[in-house]
Amino acid sequence: MNSTILITVITLSAIGMAAALILYFVARKFRVHEDPRIDEVEEVLPAANCGGCGYPGCRNFAEALVKSDSFEGLFCPVGGNEVMAKVAEILGREAVTQAPLVAVVRCNGSPGHRPKTSVYDGPVTCAIAHALYTGESDCPYGCLGYGDCVEACTFDAMYMDPKTNLPVVIDNKCTACGACVEACPRDIIELRKKNPKDRKIFVCCINEEKGAVARKNCKVACIGCGACVKVCPFDAITLENNLAYIDAEKCRLCRKCSPVCPTNSILEINFPEKKMVVKGQEKKDAKEGSGKEEKVAASGSEQKESGEESKKDKESNSSNK
Amino acid sequence: MLKTFAKGGVHPPENKLSASRPIESLPLPQTVSIPLSQHIGAPPAPLVQKNDQVKTGQLIARGEGFVSASIHSSVTGKVVKLEEVMDAGGYRRPAVTIQVGEDEWMPEIDTSPGLIKEFDLSGKDIIEKVKEAGIVGMGGATFPSHVKMSVPRGKKAELLIINGVECEPWLTSDHRLMLEKGEELLVGIRLIMKALQVEKALIGIENNKPDAIEHLSGLCLGEKGISVVPLKVKYPQGGEKQLIKALTAREVPSGGLPIDVATVVHNVGTAFAVYEAVQKKKPLIERVVTVTGPSVKKPCNFLVRTGTPVSHLIEAAGGLPDDTGKIVSGGPMMGKALNSLQVPVTKGTSGILILPESMSVRKPVLPCIRCSRCIFVCPMGLEPYLLMTLSEKKMTEKMEKEHVMDCIECGSCSYICPSNRPLLDYIRLGKAQVNQLIRSRKK
Amino acid sequence: MDKLLRVSYSPHIHGENSVPRLMWGVIASLVPAFVLSVLYFGLGAILVTATSVLSCVLFEYLIQRFIMKVPPTVNDGSAVVTGVLLAFCLPATIPLWLVALGALVAIGVGKMSFGGLGSNPFNPALVGRVFLFISFPVQLTSWPLPMGFKTKLVDAATGATPLGVIKEGLLNNQQVPPLMDDIPSHMQLFYGNMNGSMGEVAAMALLLGFIYMVVKKIIPPVIPLTILGTVFVFTGILWLANPESNADPLFHLLTGGVMLGAIYMATDYVTSPMTKKGMVVFGVGIGVITVLIRRFGSYPEGVQFAILIMNAFVPLINSWFKPKRFGEEVQHG
Repeated sequence: MNSTILITVITLSAIGMAAALILYFVARKFRVHEDPRIDEVEEVLPAANCGGCGYPGCRNFAEALVKSDSFEGLFCPVGGNEVMAKVAEILGREAVTQAPLVAVVRCNGSPGHRPKTSVYDGPVTCAIAHALYTGESDCPYGCLGYGDCVEACTFDAMYMDPKTNLPVVIDNKCTACGACVEACPRDIIELRKKNPKDRKIFVCCINEEKGAVARKNCKVACIGCGACVKVCPFDAITLENNLAYIDAEKCRLCRKCSPVCPTNSILEINFPEKKMVVKGQEKKDAKEGSGKEEKVAASGSEQKESGEESKKDKESNSSNK
Repeated sequence: MLKTFAKGGVHPPENKLSASRPIESLPLPQTVSIPLSQHIGAPPAPLVQKNDQVKTGQLIARGEGFVSASIHSSVTGKVVKLEEVMDAGGYRRPAVTIQVGEDEWMPEIDTSPGLIKEFDLSGKDIIEKVKEAGIVGMGGATFPSHVKMSVPRGKKAELLIINGVECEPWLTSDHRLMLEKGEELLVGIRLIMKALQVEKALIGIENNKPDAIEHLSGLCLGEKGISVVPLKVKYPQGGEKQLIKALTAREVPSGGLPIDVATVVHNVGTAFAVYEAVQKKKPLIERVVTVTGPSVKKPCNFLVRTGTPVSHLIEAAGGLPDDTGKIVSGGPMMGKALNSLQVPVTKGTSGILILPESMSVRKPVLPCIRCSRCIFVCPMGLEPYLLMTLSEKKMTEKMEKEHVMDCIECGSCSYICPSNRPLLDYIRLGKAQVNQLIRSRKK
Repeated sequence: MDKLLRVSYSPHIHGENSVPRLMWGVIASLVPAFVLSVLYFGLGAILVTATSVLSCVLFEYLIQRFIMKVPPTVNDGSAVVTGVLLAFCLPATIPLWLVALGALVAIGVGKMSFGGLGSNPFNPALVGRVFLFISFPVQLTSWPLPMGFKTKLVDAATGATPLGVIKEGLLNNQQVPPLMDDIPSHMQLFYGNMNGSMGEVAAMALLLGFIYMVVKKIIPPVIPLTILGTVFVFTGILWLANPESNADPLFHLLTGGVMLGAIYMATDYVTSPMTKKGMVVFGVGIGVITVLIRRFGSYPEGVQFAILIMNAFVPLINSWFKPKRFGEEVQHG
């Protein structure tokens, strides 16, 4: 009995030792030399593996960063300037900075604005519905509402608003990785410059059809009238293919364009609503940030402010800068 | 034992309600909208202006590119709009809208009913006339016919196959055409044979149309080189590759064309259009369209001018039934569901199928139980269940390796799936993804 | 028009097949075997089958409802099939609590833990049966004599199965031909008049069910035919080589679980290969392993293990044996 136990223990230990020795030598022999900085760089990356940088994962991006000589074309949108600065430090290079971006959904075609003209009866994914036909409304540019973008978001920064049937971006969670932009078959989502207090003014429509057609299919479509182009003091608005576009780089958030839009397709978000703006109140508004944005997006067209107010806000904005 | 293709296939209920209804000429509508893009290939530019008067058969857009077909006015009247109209997918495409007036044909068109059998033309002349007439494949793919009739350099055609299979359930337009225009059809076949320089032509007809088989066989007795082959009823026998396999046992190689096995396939509708274009100088401005459905009052076969709105056809067939749930342009297996009744009839519209609500709602999707039925019915020998999974996961390269591009989109897999899985929906998506991948590689 | 049209991709019509229809078809084909087992084993057969079916359905419902939190899908009939098949490979006099335990393992471990219908790699009924067989060998090998409704539910007269008799004899260095005298004739075996599990005994009834399923196109006949063919050929070779220590091939086909396994267990859609070529490989594999276990292993019967082992190879078989594509071979001419 005792000898059985003894033999068992000895054999097992012997096998263990032998295996350990083999492993040790194999590990020595087949060791792959890797730049230790790759590990260091990977350590500071966000480890989200979202693919926002264009590489399949953070590890691959770290390899690319270490192997390349400059940061050209290499940027982690999720970690932003902070992470890139750390990476620069590890690699002993000059850090590059990029203005932070945020995803913006450029369609406001809620059921109230855009009448339903058919019933889609296929798999619940925008990709298939888009390939099949215009979607449940007659607007061939508008959001289909099956949430491919929400599905693609790895940061829980998007959700479908059940009332409007449109996706909503939660600004403070959005890392501008671009997954939703990629997922949307209609290119409705755009990455735009992030403004202080998450304020934004943009044309919430990408319909390039003639005004009458666009208007017939959706009450809040851009009809390409050009009123906003005329009123913009900074040449930030261009009109192409019956569609106005506000260049986020040139826009100074003066809020002159939104009131003149006949179809309310230019949205102002996270701006104070009150006529007289007191500094303290403004801060409170900003704190309510994301919650309020949904409200604005939902009611959308009801947003109208007088020109006087926007002027005042423009001043306060420029002073912020 | 009747001939058929070897691999896969399904047999949906045939429901050829309108098979005994003779072709009727549909009264002209008030306006027609003729889309400028009625074929695969680039849309041609319009030759007419707003407020121009046009005559029936007048050229209104010339097909410029190689794979492009000319468009003719199907009515006499005034051009009222040069705008975009909705196509079957709801997307707007450029079109010419004409207000219909008194029907006045272009003078050179022979509108007499007589049969003209003799022709003395070279193959080149025939192809040129077919091109001028704007003829496209009328089975639904709408590929310009003159392209298919010119044999590419280095290849040789031995055999012409005329597709009278009409394997789609419900549709009867080709069936009626074969019965009523048999003699014209044979002249059309002779013309195509001349253009292709082949000595032999086979007409493939499924044996659920015994009257058409008998009629055409009788007419063929006096014709050298043309014969009718009855086929076993099986979907998708009307697919080019399946039909060639059934008639000649030759397999078109993966990624290849029928000409790779020395055959050319044309639809009976196309052959008839070729006859009219060459012998009567009549461009392709009308076609036979079946209007049918379980609750349609009067299932019919209409001779319809292109550009006629679908609503006009439905009106003539007894109006839209109350229980309508879905309207399909084409057959139930491969047709497109319409989201508007204002969509115009095009050169490729073979039928309008009106399905009641009870038949149009898709059943709930259950998990795949791997019963292999999709594999057994796939006529191309693919694995639809696998392709769907890969497409859902966006594994594009793997899909390409699994030969997703071989799929002919016949829908047999979705039809047979006991779990009601949308296999073909996802496979189509996968094909689009693979196409994109191939294009990005070329860049 | 006031009503909106429906839009979807083609095809716009759908065949009549559905998962419930297929599953209930399988159940219908099991009726003759059930009737025969009631005739042979009486009340016990009814009780065991009822317990097994009810517990399978109940466990599936409870697991889907309260653990997976998905809408229960018990009416698709797949749990009923599992229940009937599990019951059919148990002795008719087994304690009912064991049946319920087997059902829990079959549904809970064999099916639901992998995500439910369509995701399980192993046949659930077999998982339950093998679990019981290994954990409770005594109860699972007490085969009652077929005495109709006279069969007692407790302390019934039991005996070894024909396969057990042979195995036992061979282990005691006896020769096969004299042993065969203790076993019913082949005709009796065909009718199922022998000791054994409920559904396994009647080859006749199972073959009827097989013909029904093939005619109704519920299953393709490839897998059962290749399994039975392989078993026949393999045991035939052994028998011809040495009739002293091997039973004849017909005996092997008619006894034990080969029929039930080949016709119902191995043809489970989820756990069998998807191409005809793959099905042949799968069937041959099961046949060979079954005979190897029967002849050279320590258990008298091996078909359950053979099927489970081949189940594990199904993903590999699926990726190795592809259907022949149209136009795959380029033809010249």
